[in-house]
Amino acid sequence: MSAQGRLLIVDDELSVRDSLGKWFREEGYDIGIAESASEALTRMAESHWDLALLDIKMHGTDGIELQRRLHEIDPDLVVIMMTGYASVDTAVTALKNGAYDYVSKPLDPDEIAHIVKKALAHRETEKENLRLRETVAEITRPQELVGQSPAMKKVFEAVQTVGPTDATVLITGESGTGKELVVQAIHAASVRRFHPLVAIHCGALTETLLESELFGHEKGSFTGALYRKKGKFELAEGGTVFLDEIGDISLKTQTDLLRVLQEREITRVGGNQVIKVDFRCVAATNKDLEKLIEEGKFRPDLYYRLNVFHIELPALRERREDIPLLAHHFMRKFAQSMNKRISRISPAAMEQLVRQPWQGNVRELENAVERAMVVAQEPELKEQDFFFKAPPLPSSGGRSLEEIERAHILQVLEQCGENQSRAAEVLGIDRVTLYHKLKRYGWSRSAVENR
Amino acid sequence: MKRVQLLPIGKVDAELLGGLAALVPDILPVQCEVLPEVLDPAPAFHGERLQYHSSELLRYMARFLRPGAWRLLGVTAVDLYIPILTYVFGEAQLEGPCAIVSYHRLRQEAYGLPADEDLLLDRLLKESVHELAHTGSLLHCEDYQCVMSPSHGAEQIDLKGSRLCAACFRRLNWAAP
Repeated sequence: MSAQGRLLIVDDELSVRDSLGKWFREEGYDIGIAESASEALTRMAESHWDLALLDIKMHGTDGIELQRRLHEIDPDLVVIMMTGYASVDTAVTALKNGAYDYVSKPLDPDEIAHIVKKALAHRETEKENLRLRETVAEITRPQELVGQSPAMKKVFEAVQTVGPTDATVLITGESGTGKELVVQAIHAASVRRFHPLVAIHCGALTETLLESELFGHEKGSFTGALYRKKGKFELAEGGTVFLDEIGDISLKTQTDLLRVLQEREITRVGGNQVIKVDFRCVAATNKDLEKLIEEGKFRPDLYYRLNVFHIELPALRERREDIPLLAHHFMRKFAQSMNKRISRISPAAMEQLVRQPWQGNVRELENAVERAMVVAQEPELKEQDFFFKAPPLPSSGGRSLEEIERAHILQVLEQCGENQSRAAEVLGIDRVTLYHKLKRYGWSRSAVENR
Repeated sequence: MKRVQLLPIGKVDAELLGGLAALVPDILPVQCEVLPEVLDPAPAFHGERLQYHSSELLRYMARFLRPGAWRLLGVTAVDLYIPILTYVFGEAQLEGPCAIVSYHRLRQEAYGLPADEDLLLDRLLKESVHELAHTGSLLHCEDYQCVMSPSHGAEQIDLKGSRLCAACFRRLNWAAP
C-alpha cells in the first residue's frame, strides 16, 4: 500500500479519469481507474481500495446506485461523489447513503486535496478508535468467574440480567467469595463499560477521608487540601462506582451518600457548587445490613436505595463441587505466570482440597494453590505441596454411604495385607460378597503380590 | 551538463523569463536557455472556462524539442486548467521531456494585492523546479520545506523552499528519458 492511500476513480469521461488519475498519482496515491459501474465493481473485487471518487451521472448504473453496491462489498470504503451539476437533492441522497462528501466539477485542487486527505485521516481515526476499543475491552475484561454449581449459575444469570441495565446492585457474601469480580462482570456487561470503573473501599478510610474521596474537596477546605480534588463520583464520568464494604460507613456519610444516589448531584467538601454526576452504583458488603438496620447502625432508606437488585454470593463450602474446577483454573493461571509446566493435581491433593473448610473462600483457595505452585515439582501438584492451616473435615464429611463403605473396605483390605478372606472376616461379610464389591470398585491386587 | 530550454507560450514577461533562466541552475545542476520561438496557446483555449488546457499545450510543445535538450519547460502568463480541476499552476509529463508552468495565479494581483515582482519570480522558480522534478520521476513530498511538497494555493508555494530535500534529490531520476 502506498503511503497516501489507494484511490479508485470512477467516471465515464476519459479526460476526467486521465487528468484526475495523473493529478492524484503526482500527489502520491495509488490510483485505479474505472469507466463504468461494472468495471468499478470488478476493480473492487480484484483489490482493496481506501477511497472511491464516483461520478454521480454515468451511463447505465449511476454513482448513487454504485455507491450502494460498493458499500455492500466494503462498508469501510470512503466514497466522495462528483457531479457536473450542483444539485442539492442528489448531494443529500448521496450523503444519506453514506457518502463522505460531495464535490462539484470542475474540482478546486485545494479543496479536493484537502477533502481526500481529511476523509482518509477520518477513516484511519475510525479504525484506530475501533482498535483501541477492542484493546480496552481486552484489558478491562473481568477475570473469569468460575463455577458450575447451581448457586454460581444463579449468580451468572443475575449478572447477565442486571449487567446491561442501569440498576443499582447490592452484592453480599463472605469475604473472599469474589464480590469484586462480580462488579467487574456487571461493569463489563453494561453500556458504561468504556467509562471508568472506580472502586472505593469504604471500610479502610476514616469518615472525613472517605467524604473527601467520595465527593472531592476544594483547595483549602481543610489542612492539607493544597489542591482541588475530584471525588470518585466525578472521576467515574459515566462509568460505575463500586462502594466496597458499604456496611462500614458512618451514619453521616450514609446520609450524604443517600443524597447522591437520589439527586445524582454532589458538592465537594468545602465547596458550595452543586455538580451533576452520572454513574451507576454497585455496593458490596460482607455484613448483614438488615441486622445493622435493626441495631440502628445503617439507614433503611439507603439500604432500599442500594438493594434494587441483590446478588448473594455463596461461600465456597456451599459449592464444594466447584473446588476442582477452581483449583484447576488457578493452577493454569499460576503455571502461566510462574512459567511452570504443572498441568495436573494429584487425586489425593484434590481430595484434601475438596474437604477443606475454606473459611477465606475462593481467595484462600487461590492463595493455597499459588503457594503450592511455588514449591511444587513439575508436572503435578501433590498433597505435600499444600499447607492447610485448618484440619480437614472428618473423612465422612459430605460423602455418601457407599463412598464411606468403599473407603472402609479398602482400608481393612490394606491392613490385612490384601488377604481377602481375612478382610471379609474382619468386615463381617462373606468372601463372595467382598469379591463382588471389590470387582465393582475395579480393585486389583497390587503389583508386589502379583509377582 | 544537462540543458533545460525555456519556451515562452504566448506573451511572456522577458525579464521574468530571464530571471528564471538565471536561477534554475542554482537549484538543479542544469544549464538553462530561453528559446527564441514562441508557442501560440490559442488552440488550447476553452471558450467557456476562459482558460487554456495545459495537457493540450504540453502536446503542442513537443515540436519545439531540440536535440541535446534534457527538458523543455513552457512558461506562460495564461491561466491553465485540466478538465476536472478549476485550475493548475503547471503540469508535467512524468518521466517525459515536457513540462509547463503558468504565472497567472502566482501574481499577487490575482488576489487583489499590489504587484510584487520578487515574490512572483520566487514562486515561478519554485513551480518550475517542481514541474521539472516531476519529469525526473519525483512525486509529491511530505516534507513541507521541500519544493516537491504539494501546493494548491499561492500561500502554500510561499511556505515551501525552492530546493529539493535530500531524499528527493537522491531519488531524482536524471536518466529519465
